[in-house]
Amino acid sequence: MIVYLLCLVLFCLGLYCILRKRNIIKIIVGVMIAEYAVNLFFILTGYRMRGRSPIFSPDVDITNMVDPLPQALVLTAIVIGLATTALLVAIAMRIYEKYGTFDITKIRELRG
Amino acid sequence: MITASNIIPLFVAIPLAGAFLISLLGKRIKRLPDVLGVSVALILCGLSLLSVRLYSIYGILTYSVGAWKLPIGIGMVLDGLTSFMLVTINLIAFCIVVYSVNYMERYTAKWSFYTLFFLMVGGMNGVVITGDMFNLFVLLEIAAVASYALVAFGTDRHELEAAFKYAIMSTVGSLFILLGIALLYSYTSTLNMADMANILAQKGTGNITLMVSVLFLMGFGLKAALVPFHAWLPDAHPSAPAPISAMLSGVLIKALGIYALCRIFYNVIGLSPTLSSVLMFLGTLSMVVGVLLAIGQWDLKRLLAYHSISQIGYVVLGIGLGTPLGILGGLFHLFNHSVFKSLLFLNSGAVEYSTGTRDLQKMGGLTSRMPVTGTTNLVASMSISGIPPFNGFWSKLIIIIAVVQAGRFGYAFWAVLASLLTLASFMKVMKYAFFGELRENLSRIREAPLFMKLSMGALAFLCVVGGLLLLPGVKEVFLQRATDVLLEGTEYAVIVLKGIK
Amino acid sequence: MSKEDEKGMSLIVKTITRLTVGLILLYGLYIVFHGHGSPGGGFTGGVIIALSFIHLMLAYGKEVAFRKLSEAAASFFVSLGAILFLAIALLGFTGGYFFLNFIPKGEPFRLFSAGIIPLCDIAIGLIVGAGLFAIFVALVSLKLEPERKE
Repeated sequence: MIVYLLCLVLFCLGLYCILRKRNIIKIIVGVMIAEYAVNLFFILTGYRMRGRSPIFSPDVDITNMVDPLPQALVLTAIVIGLATTALLVAIAMRIYEKYGTFDITKIRELRG
Repeated sequence: MITASNIIPLFVAIPLAGAFLISLLGKRIKRLPDVLGVSVALILCGLSLLSVRLYSIYGILTYSVGAWKLPIGIGMVLDGLTSFMLVTINLIAFCIVVYSVNYMERYTAKWSFYTLFFLMVGGMNGVVITGDMFNLFVLLEIAAVASYALVAFGTDRHELEAAFKYAIMSTVGSLFILLGIALLYSYTSTLNMADMANILAQKGTGNITLMVSVLFLMGFGLKAALVPFHAWLPDAHPSAPAPISAMLSGVLIKALGIYALCRIFYNVIGLSPTLSSVLMFLGTLSMVVGVLLAIGQWDLKRLLAYHSISQIGYVVLGIGLGTPLGILGGLFHLFNHSVFKSLLFLNSGAVEYSTGTRDLQKMGGLTSRMPVTGTTNLVASMSISGIPPFNGFWSKLIIIIAVVQAGRFGYAFWAVLASLLTLASFMKVMKYAFFGELRENLSRIREAPLFMKLSMGALAFLCVVGGLLLLPGVKEVFLQRATDVLLEGTEYAVIVLKGIK
Repeated sequence: MSKEDEKGMSLIVKTITRLTVGLILLYGLYIVFHGHGSPGGGFTGGVIIALSFIHLMLAYGKEVAFRKLSEAAASFFVSLGAILFLAIALLGFTGGYFFLNFIPKGEPFRLFSAGIIPLCDIAIGLIVGAGLFAIFVALVSLKLEPERKE
């Protein structure tokens, strides 16, 4: 049970980082932390006590594996996260090019 | 397995094929992106109309990807709501592609615009057609990531700022959705929506369903820009190039937000009275707050973006009400809003194309120089503010009648009030931009090019005849079937599982 | 020393890179081709392939890396990989289903087995390998000159 709560704590840390930090790069790091918290949680839902890794090989019989499906899904989620992060970093660099700062309190031309 | 159901995966495969072919060849051959783009969109449009016909012949169609047995493999489902959404998405996408043939000439990398655009269309079609929870998330992310890149397309300083805000908030929304899916998977040990609904119905609802509902409400609410989560929309939608604004406001928030929200709440989890009243409250809040914020805007596209929030409120109010008439009105308004809001954004694009400004105070008397844009804008404005013969009137009328029938007079009052305020703010647009004296510096402007006029004309025509969808005979085929899917609630599981066997 | 040698990092780094970069590339290819029989696959192998080119770029500078894999070629391979993947999926229609595994499965754990899965892995390896390299290049070669505020 405690691991799930720790995942939740990690997720909240990420959200705190997104909401509270002023530096764009730190916000992106916050997004990544929150993302990994969710991925970790998803992996943990497939865990079973003393299960072995779900790798099919010729000499071992298939018993007592952990659930492989969340692992496959999380791999997909990680790839999506990679794409999002790459795009965010690219946008952040362009923003620095245009505004000359990473501080979001100074990048506020749109409002109202 | 009916051969007709082979049409289902094509809705995802064709736009993706179009996107990658354009990115492979579009750089070298100059006219290819336009030709390929328009033809792909036309094929998709035809296929979606065909899907309506197929549904009326065969009933619900299911498809298993790679011939894996269904609750285990990835399933795709074509039912009334799906074909309704497919028609909406692909019709608007076609009009917008035709429009961008001329409009996107200003940007250098036209091929990359088409690539991203069709990735987005493929993602949206996939979200609508899939019957698998995780697949929904993946396709939703494809559409969302493509839309972040499209908002930042011009790499202007405002575009970048808006894209960053949009990307961060939307990613957080996606994380909530993923967390909800993880919880649902650990509770039901399945990802197929129908199977999931079945197991949820057997196991009964408890705290976990409540938690999942809240997570999905936040996640999809962020995607749909309901009011407490709306902050990104008024920045992101106006900053993008006009065809993209039209696509985002017209279709994306509905396919990713509203459709997913009602599919999951109605068909998978099951709508509880609490959830229904929360949806109605959020809808009314969006409706009123959106229109109040819109009325003070002087930037044309920003004003339209706030109206998107407000009109989405009507849709959610209608759907959240849960009565047959309410859902019918909500879905009808969803279709109508896609038509007239895309038209309004395309008009604003045409105005910007010709005059180079979006500020209402710098315009005036544009109808005399740009008759097509002026007329179509008048049609769309009357449509969005609910003036009788146009389509917006009928759907708003149905929603308000449904709310009154359910005895919620307070909500009905707010709906009427929001409609009046919408009328007021569009009268402001017409007065400052299109009527009145022509300004000195604008006397040399020209009407928009041919393809832009064609596309705007087609959408205006849809606005005028949209009300005909309510005629008996037409209504049963298109709207009523979509409504029935939502009305059957968690019976959906039984129907789809029967289709699988 | 020729002019080219002055770019990039020091001699030690260059020598080690010269010795290892081929092995890294080979290892990436191994992971891609054995994705269906053992852990790994298109994404993992593709990342390693991309890393070998990134390694080359970091040690020797842009020109040498671009001579091996130019930016245009990278974006071409991304599209090509995607088209291949989609073509494999569409070829499933020959057996009646989208994404059908229409090639005989063969014996498990052999190199030529599992039907379309190795082909899909190769396509994914192309996308990821070229895509990550393109992303890296795009991020590195963006010139950062803050625009003065008007």
